[in-house]
Amino acid sequence: MDKFNELVKRDLSLAFRQGMDSLMVVAFFIIAVVLFPFGVGPEPNTLAKIAGGTIWVAALLSSMLSLERLFQTDYEDGSLELLALAPIPLEITVLAKVVAHWLTTGLPLIVTAPLLAVLMQMPTEGFIVLIAALLLGTPTLSLIGAVGAALILGSRRGGVLLSLLVLPLYIPILIFGVSAVDAAIFDQSVRPHLVFLGALLAGSMALTPWASAAALRQALE
Amino acid sequence: MTQFFEPEFKGQDLVCVRGERTVFRGLGFSIAPGGALILIGPNGSGKSSLLRMMAGLLRPAAGRMDWVENGQAEDALEDIDAHGARLHYVGHHDAVKPVLSAAENIGFWAHVRGGGQDGIRDALDVLDIKHLYDVPGRFLSAGQKRRVNLARIIAAPAPLWLLDEPTTALDKATIKRLEGAIQKHRDAGGMVVLSTHAEVNTPGAETLNLADFACKAPLDEHVMV
Repeated sequence: MDKFNELVKRDLSLAFRQGMDSLMVVAFFIIAVVLFPFGVGPEPNTLAKIAGGTIWVAALLSSMLSLERLFQTDYEDGSLELLALAPIPLEITVLAKVVAHWLTTGLPLIVTAPLLAVLMQMPTEGFIVLIAALLLGTPTLSLIGAVGAALILGSRRGGVLLSLLVLPLYIPILIFGVSAVDAAIFDQSVRPHLVFLGALLAGSMALTPWASAAALRQALE
Repeated sequence: MTQFFEPEFKGQDLVCVRGERTVFRGLGFSIAPGGALILIGPNGSGKSSLLRMMAGLLRPAAGRMDWVENGQAEDALEDIDAHGARLHYVGHHDAVKPVLSAAENIGFWAHVRGGGQDGIRDALDVLDIKHLYDVPGRFLSAGQKRRVNLARIIAAPAPLWLLDEPTTALDKATIKRLEGAIQKHRDAGGMVVLSTHAEVNTPGAETLNLADFACKAPLDEHVMV
């Protein structure tokens, strides 16, 4: 557990000192959402109808933006080899890196989301559920994304390949995330949707570290 | 200094295939506690591949590696985490993060392997980089980065050192210091495998010439695995 914290701490301090990554993700998130009123017109009813979906899609895309670098720098400077040889299971190392990734990109998105919900005229009933759904959904995005990020190591044009690999897998999270928000707005039960998001999180927490670690070992050969 | 009472490290009939080319075949080695093995051979003869194989980063196409203790052979690649804990690997890259200071870089790797502050101070001493303590990695020269990387292996003890061209970018005085560190490690029962083109003074070391195991015949005669 100490070593797990050590790994998370290292990635966090790397992220803070390199700075820009989290900021860029949040800036992209805001800009992507802000584009929609320009595209579909400022009509409040129209905006309110697409608010949940817009915010979720923008969140998916911006969380993907930083994934490419999740293992890339460690791979290039040789740290990844040493992490693979360290007396910590590689699966745990992956999990620690995902936790750090979520803290630096997922969490800022959740903090920004309510502001964008106001901008998109989302009815206030949806706010709490939007945050809850993002809290359950964004860690899953980082977990699944880590598999993609590990698979593209060493390939050129990794970023495009990554989106092709990962975005289709994001669809279930998008569906349940948006339907949870809609259910809250139309005064229906939100529980089943959130339960599904929780199940997706639990499932990917148990499965994806193995897949990522296997892909990393392959990349190191 | 930690004393190691570790078993022998042995490999037999190892075959390395990179791409579609067989780099070496039928290679065996054996390192006893306190022993050293120098890998020599022309470029491309598989020195780095053998070291990566010993580290467990590269799976051998055939053959096996064992830790042998009291006649009991334990497959090294079966528990890759336990194997990783027994060794330090220094490859071509220095794994120095540009935004972390030299001490933070060394400290992270030491902590991951359960090393303490004493070990880190000792390591900074041995490689004479105390003055670089809080200098960020991006301001270090190639030689200084290499020293930071080597300090990492002194900061936390592990019985087997796998050093791939450790003298690259080092000045003469530092090579002397490295030789001293290797000797001290071996005196404590540690094992060292190193590949080098330069002279590294390691008394009593065995030499393994990888050219002896090279596979010169056309590939299809040797597609064995």
